Amino acid sequence: MRFLFKTDYEDDIKLFPHSGYVVTYGVLLGLLLIAPYVLSSYLMSQLVFVCIYATVGVALLILTGFTGQASLGHAAFLAIGAYTAAYLQKYNVPFPVYFLAAGVLTGIIGAMVGFPALRLTGIYLVIATISFALIVEEILARWESVTHGNEGMRVKTLSLLGVAVPRDSPTFYYLCLAVLVLTIVGTLNLLRSPTGRAFVAIRDSETAARSMGVNVALYKVKSFAISAAITGFAGVLFAHKLSFISPEMFTLQLSIEFIIVILIGGTFSLHGAVLGAIFIVMIDPFLTYLKDDMPGIIAGVAAAFGAGTATAGDIEAKVAAFASLNGLKGAIYGIIIVLFVLFEPLGLYGRWLKIKLFFQLFPLYKRATFKRQKIYVKSERNR
Amino acid sequence: MSYFRAENLSLHFGGLKAVDAVSFAVEKGEILSIIGPNGAGKSSIFNLISRIYRPTSGRIFFEDQDITEQPPYDIAKLGIARTFQNIELFENATVLSNLLVGRHRHSTTQLWQEILFLPSVRANEKVHRRRVEQVIEFLDLEPYRDKLISGLPYGVRKVIELARALCSEPKLILLDEPSSGLNVEETDDMSFWIRDMKSELGVTVLMVEHDMSLVNRVSDRVIALNYGRVLAMGSPAEVQQHPDVVAAYLGA
Repeated sequence: MRFLFKTDYEDDIKLFPHSGYVVTYGVLLGLLLIAPYVLSSYLMSQLVFVCIYATVGVALLILTGFTGQASLGHAAFLAIGAYTAAYLQKYNVPFPVYFLAAGVLTGIIGAMVGFPALRLTGIYLVIATISFALIVEEILARWESVTHGNEGMRVKTLSLLGVAVPRDSPTFYYLCLAVLVLTIVGTLNLLRSPTGRAFVAIRDSETAARSMGVNVALYKVKSFAISAAITGFAGVLFAHKLSFISPEMFTLQLSIEFIIVILIGGTFSLHGAVLGAIFIVMIDPFLTYLKDDMPGIIAGVAAAFGAGTATAGDIEAKVAAFASLNGLKGAIYGIIIVLFVLFEPLGLYGRWLKIKLFFQLFPLYKRATFKRQKIYVKSERNR
Repeated sequence: MSYFRAENLSLHFGGLKAVDAVSFAVEKGEILSIIGPNGAGKSSIFNLISRIYRPTSGRIFFEDQDITEQPPYDIAKLGIARTFQNIELFENATVLSNLLVGRHRHSTTQLWQEILFLPSVRANEKVHRRRVEQVIEFLDLEPYRDKLISGLPYGVRKVIELARALCSEPKLILLDEPSSGLNVEETDDMSFWIRDMKSELGVTVLMVEHDMSLVNRVSDRVIALNYGRVLAMGSPAEVQQHPDVVAAYLGA
């Protein structure tokens, strides 16, 4: 085990507490940089989606994980970013300009959503953000002069400083990676300064935060605005990656996927956003694989256990029919959320910390180390 | 003019008069205790001062400034810090970051500077941390500085709340039952700290307390309340002898 001796206030502020972090993240960054020359184009495409989802995950973590304001409206923020890019592109606005414009516009709209949300907490806030998402979806479908309604919009190939950057090129991947890394660094900076601490204070006790001089309303709006702006930036990349956007891509299901990203990754650390993004992007091909191959495998097993050819064929057809049921994916997502909330509330990153501690303390690790402690009585009166 | 003054302060919930035309003044550098039976309106007065409740009538002055209409978050900016009866700490944060929230009123940096973590932000952070370490040393919290609140015992949390209030470098501190839930030794420590706060840090203390031994040891003056009204005001001994106070506690 490593013991850190702090000799300077700087030691508490540093992003990397010790040299081990520098090595680990350095190696990780190196691997990510050579990835385009090693991985298949399919995996590269998945990796780009991981970057975009992780960026949204970080945005959602700021709002939900650190400020404690739940949101099921992030698909709408993503849509606003994406449509802003697609619309401005029609007027030959250069990429850096519409990229910034999308973030700023989404941030302003996020702040506007934040104001009415000030008086809402918990489930009511969730309902308010859902209705915001539905309103945006409806506007995208109806405002045909700008959004082309349900026909959707084509997004032209990204052009950076006059050079075309196709959506499956390494350059586009590096761009997404850069946005993700900058978002993470900016968020870490925020979390180690007064604003980030005010966010956490609001999450844990609004009364105490207020009595310490935190303007709760202002900071909630700030949190909404920052979270929305980051999601807007991600929306631009999302639009370019898909090269075609339409309202049915930004439904409630997408918002739920973002919630899954942070729930499964872990809501207490930025690592969670990245782990959750990897999970959500990789589960889709996995489900497709199950859907395509499971019926055959099950029928094969049935045949091996002596079922006749006709019965096996019948089983295969039934399983295939079940696998292609509408809404099965949503049900699977639901089950995953429930299982994680019940058995691993700290998410994948929490699990990773436990594994790490197990090896650090080996053979002294105790199973109850991470057991949740009794929470003391908390006053509910002043809420 | 007195340092802190409440004039005819009232708080009515419908027909219930939680606080009824209470007037008192706190002089700079004194320790004033408010005592009274349960439901006498002691904590309500604190909640009025820190603007969690809006007074039905009456005015509050601090350093000759009318603060009755100030928004709650400005009260802390003026230099009035408080603790809570039922501990309101930030459960899922470390002791250190809890105390750093106490420094919030001294933060001057802008959002964009913080996102970039400019040198000015870093310099400010170091100042905050130095002040926090001083408070940690003052209240002997060194063993807990990197621990999460959710794993700490009640007595320690009580001290951390006091520490968080002190981190804001208050001029006036409101202590809501600082000794509730503490054992005899911890109460002793608390009484030393409260006196040290006055003598070493020059903080004026307004305190709600049930433990009469603590009140006697630290208070310069005592106010006794019952049913939202002031029964008696004066030195600890005087107030305890006052017939109305005896009647309120023991029954007439």
